[in-house]
Amino acid sequence: MIQMNYRTLLFIPGNNPGMLQNSDILGADGLIIDLEDAVALTEKDAARTLVREYLTTFDTTTDVFIRINPLDSPYFYEDLEAIKDLDIKGIVLPKAGIEPMEKLDEYLNENNLEFDIIALVETALGLELALDIVQRSKRVIGIFLGAEDLTLDLGAKRTKESKEIQYARSRIIAASKALGIQAIDTPFTDTDDIEGLKIDTQNAKNLGMTGKTVISPRHVDEVNTLFSPSKADIEYALRVVEGVKVANEKGLGAFSIEGKMIDKPIILRALNTLKLSGQYKEEYDELLK
Amino acid sequence: MNYLNNKELKDVKVISKSEYPSKSVPKAKITKDLSSLIKELGLNDGAVLSFHHHLRNGDKVLNLVMKEVQKAGIKGITLVASSLFPAHEELIPLLEDGTIENIVTSYISGGLGKAISHGKLKGHIIMQSHGGRARSILNEEIKIDAAFIASPSADKMGNISGVNGINSCGTLGYAIADGLKAKKVIAVTDSLLEYPNYPADITEDYVDHVLMVESIGLKEGIVSGTTKVTKDPIGLKIAKDTLKVMEATGLLKDGISFQSGAGGISLAVTSYLRDYMIENNIKGSFASGGITGYLTDMLEEGLFTSLFDVQCFDLKAIESLKKNPNHLRMSGSLYGNPEVSSVVDNLDIVILGATEIDTDFNVNVTTGSDGVLMGGSGGHQDTAAGSKVSIIVSKLFSSRIPFIKDRVDVITTPGSTIDILVTERGICVNPLRQDLIEKFNEANLKIVDIKELKEYAEKIMGEPKTIEKGERIIGLSEYRDGSIIDYIYEVKE
Amino acid sequence: MGGKVEIKKMATAGTVESNDILIMISKGEGNIEIELESVVEQQYGEEIKKVIHDTLVEEGVSSAKVIAKDKGALDFTIKARVRTCIKRGSGDTNEL
Repeated sequence: MIQMNYRTLLFIPGNNPGMLQNSDILGADGLIIDLEDAVALTEKDAARTLVREYLTTFDTTTDVFIRINPLDSPYFYEDLEAIKDLDIKGIVLPKAGIEPMEKLDEYLNENNLEFDIIALVETALGLELALDIVQRSKRVIGIFLGAEDLTLDLGAKRTKESKEIQYARSRIIAASKALGIQAIDTPFTDTDDIEGLKIDTQNAKNLGMTGKTVISPRHVDEVNTLFSPSKADIEYALRVVEGVKVANEKGLGAFSIEGKMIDKPIILRALNTLKLSGQYKEEYDELLK
Repeated sequence: MNYLNNKELKDVKVISKSEYPSKSVPKAKITKDLSSLIKELGLNDGAVLSFHHHLRNGDKVLNLVMKEVQKAGIKGITLVASSLFPAHEELIPLLEDGTIENIVTSYISGGLGKAISHGKLKGHIIMQSHGGRARSILNEEIKIDAAFIASPSADKMGNISGVNGINSCGTLGYAIADGLKAKKVIAVTDSLLEYPNYPADITEDYVDHVLMVESIGLKEGIVSGTTKVTKDPIGLKIAKDTLKVMEATGLLKDGISFQSGAGGISLAVTSYLRDYMIENNIKGSFASGGITGYLTDMLEEGLFTSLFDVQCFDLKAIESLKKNPNHLRMSGSLYGNPEVSSVVDNLDIVILGATEIDTDFNVNVTTGSDGVLMGGSGGHQDTAAGSKVSIIVSKLFSSRIPFIKDRVDVITTPGSTIDILVTERGICVNPLRQDLIEKFNEANLKIVDIKELKEYAEKIMGEPKTIEKGERIIGLSEYRDGSIIDYIYEVKE
Repeated sequence: MGGKVEIKKMATAGTVESNDILIMISKGEGNIEIELESVVEQQYGEEIKKVIHDTLVEEGVSSAKVIAKDKGALDFTIKARVRTCIKRGSGDTNEL
């Protein structure tokens, strides 16, 4: 099973039954069910129970992550206890820092859980230590920039143009790329401004983000489209898998295309490109065996 | 020799000079006295009175006139109202005291519908389509004694215009048949304008009286300021999938004719269609039905050559009707009368809503999930029958209200004329349309069996208990051609 | 779960938003009493009451008075709201 690249991760408020029961048909590559900011302090218990009931009742066809409350809240372990036996892909760790990451990793190890982690970087310290933080757990599959809280911490004015987060974006991207994990952009918060969303998404992609979180289902399609592979990408990916097939048949360990050595990351990326473009075939599952 | 085939020329007498006519004088049509007018009309028990619904929930005319009829002590009225709204709840006592005995309408919502479902109407309610209504009036199946036509504006001779006046509502399409056929036609207005009032929807030669009243309606109930596309993500998903369905039918090309309602999802389909037509440089033929600002924008952008407008839904539509010669008025008969040539027969695609649908694709828009009257065909039957492809858009899960059933409560539109169902959990095609199934397969558009979709819904929601119905038949669901396709039963309170 | 859980105080959970259900629980008189108001009462009233009842029993509650205002919630939501309400009403949490 290759690692899916999430073009879109859609936030679903954890205490909203109407949103939960429809969450899997909104077209997002992945879902983040939120127990943190979208849930009032007095409803944390209700949200946990509702999310549990939802996930134990329905077979979701989309990868589900749960954003738990941060380590410095009273809910961190309560959330983990409530979700530990659920069939989910992973956890979004808010206010990612060295200690929260270590505690989370420790908890998951102690409970033998196979959850992935997405590190939500939303503090100045977290940003500066991002590379270090995510190396504290082998489970981290992506770094997610939370620009709203970060700019608050930085004392920066949050604007639609997002110049104030360019450094943060680039730093997150560098850390992610250094480790070969995903760089996930902050959501665009004006749900009605689709043109603004497009510009913001394109900017993030140009810097190197691999996907984006969205807080409105109406943003899913645009972001998916912008993060979808181009025609040239797809053609190249098809050449790569053809190359792998031939190499496997001939029993070759390595091969090259257009003078470039094709190694595992390139193959993974090609497979991912084909998945995203809907051209993935089941037979490709065999290619990496 | 015969004179016009009935008189012998030898019998013809030429009038003498003493018999020569004097110059004619304009007829005195204006009155402010409704009570004397009712006497003058000579209405008897069992009279048939008609009204239109262009003022929708803002209408005051129907209540005003019927209460005066009640005062006059006339009983057993058959009320032929093109639609009835919550504002007409005031008429419930008139059902109870027998002033109103039967109702013929195309749509009913609010307290009046509830009262009728609970057995308050002594006679019956006949639910017609818009086209069916025009048909039954024009072919004199229904003979109207007096038509009270709420008129946003009229002049002293009775030229009625829907676009002028403080309570302008745009076209008066549903009132045309009444104007042509009623024995007496009364223009009821709060806006008396200089002669000639134009453009007239109904001209003075059809109008017998002009009744001046203080107010015919409440503007905010008549039209909405703007109609907006839904923001509900599930509705938008359904709309998006509907566009894919439309594309797969092969009808999304130059010359397309299209109709959709003003409901949230339908409007969203129109909005996506606009984007699609612009992107693919498609020039359509016409759009029809109730008209919104979305369609008038598309007309102005050249995406359609013309609009057939039977009812203006918002202010923008009224403005457009006033100024754009390609924005055409359409009567109920021109819209969907099955006995003549009508616009629906040239429709490519219609997008329709539904309260419930059954596994035979029969649709109910007449009663709610509790069996109580809360809607009606409107143009549903007409457009479903006429269009090349009729598409129902609806949520499968909406607050646990069961949507797909073994048998709908009341059949409004027969499944034989419904082609496609689009829900957020799957697209179903009527097995009668193998041609569409083939096209969708070619286009790699996934479809599901409607029975499977029903089972899936019941797995999640549970199987609903059937609603308890009374024994008494309170009304009939009439098909557009006059045949009866279902009974409507009383519902226990 | 299982065992005996006592409702000690009045508690509520859920909302009156579409697709949700508002559950109000209070001390019972030795039995389970459920009062339901639902937009789909005719079609699903009995079933909703059964889900509420079964969830109470499953959680070990044998005496409670429940008032429920349903806006078309699916079973998973009804169960969740009842469970939260029991926790709140039995004093296992200090949320309310």
